[in-house]
Amino acid sequence: MSSSVYIAGVGVISAIGNNVAENLASLKNEHAGMADITQMETIYKGVLPVAEVKLSNEELADRSGLPANISRTALLSGVAAKEALADADIPDFKQWRSGFVSANSVGGMDKSEDFYLDFFKDNNKGKLRNIFDHECGSMTELVADQIGVSDFMSTVSTACSSSANAIFYGARLIKNDVLDIVIAGGTDSLTKFTLNGFNTLMILDKEFCKPFDENREGLNLGEGSGYVVLVSEKVAQTLKKQPYCKLSGYNNSNDAYHQTASSPDGTGSYLAMQGALKKSGLQTTDISYINLHGTGTPNNDSAEGTAIKRLFEKDFPPMSSTKSYTGHTLGASGGIEAVYSVLAIANKLIYPNLRFETKMEELPFEPVKELRKDQDIKHVMSNSFGFGGNCTSLIFSRI
Amino acid sequence: MKVYIRSAACVSPQNTFEGDNFLTDIIESTGTRLKAVDPDYKQFIDPKQMRRMSHVIKMGIAAAKSCLDQAGVQEPDAIITGTAFGCMEDTVTFITRIVEQDEEMLPPTAFIQSTHNTVAAQIALMLKCHNYNNTFVHKGISFESAMFDAMMMLNEGDAGNILVGGTEEMVDASFKVLTRLGLYKRQPISNLSLYEGQSKGTIGGEGAVFFLVSDKYSPSNLAELTALKTLYKPASIEDSIIDFLKSNGLNIDDIDLIITGRNGDTKNDEIYLTLGNSIFNNKPIANYKHLCGEYPTSSSFALWLAGNIIKKGIIPEVVKQNVFSSFSPKKVLIYNHYQAKYHSLMLVSAL
Repeated sequence: MSSSVYIAGVGVISAIGNNVAENLASLKNEHAGMADITQMETIYKGVLPVAEVKLSNEELADRSGLPANISRTALLSGVAAKEALADADIPDFKQWRSGFVSANSVGGMDKSEDFYLDFFKDNNKGKLRNIFDHECGSMTELVADQIGVSDFMSTVSTACSSSANAIFYGARLIKNDVLDIVIAGGTDSLTKFTLNGFNTLMILDKEFCKPFDENREGLNLGEGSGYVVLVSEKVAQTLKKQPYCKLSGYNNSNDAYHQTASSPDGTGSYLAMQGALKKSGLQTTDISYINLHGTGTPNNDSAEGTAIKRLFEKDFPPMSSTKSYTGHTLGASGGIEAVYSVLAIANKLIYPNLRFETKMEELPFEPVKELRKDQDIKHVMSNSFGFGGNCTSLIFSRI
Repeated sequence: MKVYIRSAACVSPQNTFEGDNFLTDIIESTGTRLKAVDPDYKQFIDPKQMRRMSHVIKMGIAAAKSCLDQAGVQEPDAIITGTAFGCMEDTVTFITRIVEQDEEMLPPTAFIQSTHNTVAAQIALMLKCHNYNNTFVHKGISFESAMFDAMMMLNEGDAGNILVGGTEEMVDASFKVLTRLGLYKRQPISNLSLYEGQSKGTIGGEGAVFFLVSDKYSPSNLAELTALKTLYKPASIEDSIIDFLKSNGLNIDDIDLIITGRNGDTKNDEIYLTLGNSIFNNKPIANYKHLCGEYPTSSSFALWLAGNIIKKGIIPEVVKQNVFSSFSPKKVLIYNHYQAKYHSLMLVSAL
């Protein structure tokens, strides 16, 4: 049970790039991905900024090898999972027990919305192929078939912490000697369902979001997908290149306060971060960088900040929210930010928290404002918190 | 390390939730959809909160709470649920309002309760339980994924009592869509005649079944969950079953009773008939989907059935496929598949 789990490959697609190299370039160049809505028909076009992936479904289909008429959620997943697996470049992949554990929040909702427009008027109308893959699990299955993984498959859905929990589960499948390799992460595309949902909660910023800023006004929704390839010690020894890092800690705790709001003192966040540190055997002072959940809503950033204040006391590590680049990609955010955490270690970088102006009054610290290069990054903590009080923290450690 | 089922609670289209009868007071229903028998939710949920709760949340909380009460456990070390469709009622409500009101003036309640983890979250909220909380949503193996997570967690030594459940609600919109997709029979049928005759389609169902699992032996436990395996498009399910038993040091002769996921759809049931002529030949076989209907987490009903059969030493007449005299099974194999793609095997043993 004590065996290590290594990160052998990464793949990502988001509003700031269609692959790892493009994402990394945008992170360094401080290039945010938010803009007007173009891919969806909604009354909020031109009103609410979102962070869309800059490719059409046809272009995503070309890159992933999947058909263009399936959910954009699966297409995004296909692109990132394929890149992650190619990056890992595992010799004799077929000889190992492999699995695909993916997460998403609303499955094929983008297609279901099209179906529902006709179904709503007449229950005998609506193209069935648009609803056939509504289930969250269908997104995973479509991509697993495409990348050739059939030994094990599962899908996690815990709202905005979904893909962090998928990575957590993937690592445990390896530690329990169920599998040797797990491609783990998540995906979500923008949908009218989620856009309208978050809008009813009045937590969408009409400008580009400002995480951890005293004057923050909410989040911007985004879309994308991110995966890490987790491998056992045995597989790691066969790799052509050294793994990026290890997944050394993880914890899932529940805030148990409210269905959507975080508790004022961030109990769930505190327990998740504390639990992940305990699992990894690390102290707060060992953490070189925190990739914050940092959605930009008054509630989240206050709760998360308070939890960090309590847990880290005086020694606050550098921290930033990369949602200031990608928007909040919901079920994909834990996967995308896991990739960014791995890249922070591999490239010795700490990313800035874009558009930060004013320190939050209630907190004794502020996020990093400018790109920091050549950093000695040993351990990165990545936070993902969601509806239902689901709080998960992961820790990635340099080898 | 062994995994024991300490307690189980089942909300289903049968009288499985309360009372001492064990599938003797059977509800017959003619149609293509079985609806869950609602417990008196007031016993488990504050009426003020209940008004805003969808059916699946109420079913889930009642089953979870009853399961904990039976075991005398206040706070589990983890709460894990499985559901393929999640909160359909709230999802359909919110999507309908988006269309009806052209995206304007929408109330948030349906949206915030639409996420797939709502049942697990509401249980945590009710118990003020800060421990591990997860939800698996992988089609016909959603419940098995949740249970597998619990089994790993017990193996890791990180938890002692884990609450695991499978939940699914059927709403009119999803029933209509699934009917159009050809899942259900075209003509009404009595659930008690589900396996008679050959026709396409099955009957829909719903329910919430929760288990409290632990690594600690107690004579009051229902049964041991010896092993669980999920398979995706296996080359040969017969070989997979033989391998599964072999990896647990068993062969088919050691199995006293087989519970299968037969659902009355000719094509779906082909594999069960094939196995009935090979490795399941002359074995006592039980079926359950005429009682709870077909739904993605129905295997949780099968596990509730297996646990109770073992604990009570009774095989209810209504589940028997073939004629065999009564006995107390010590080893029960559950084999279910979902639309021929996802297959699951659960081995349940007497203490």
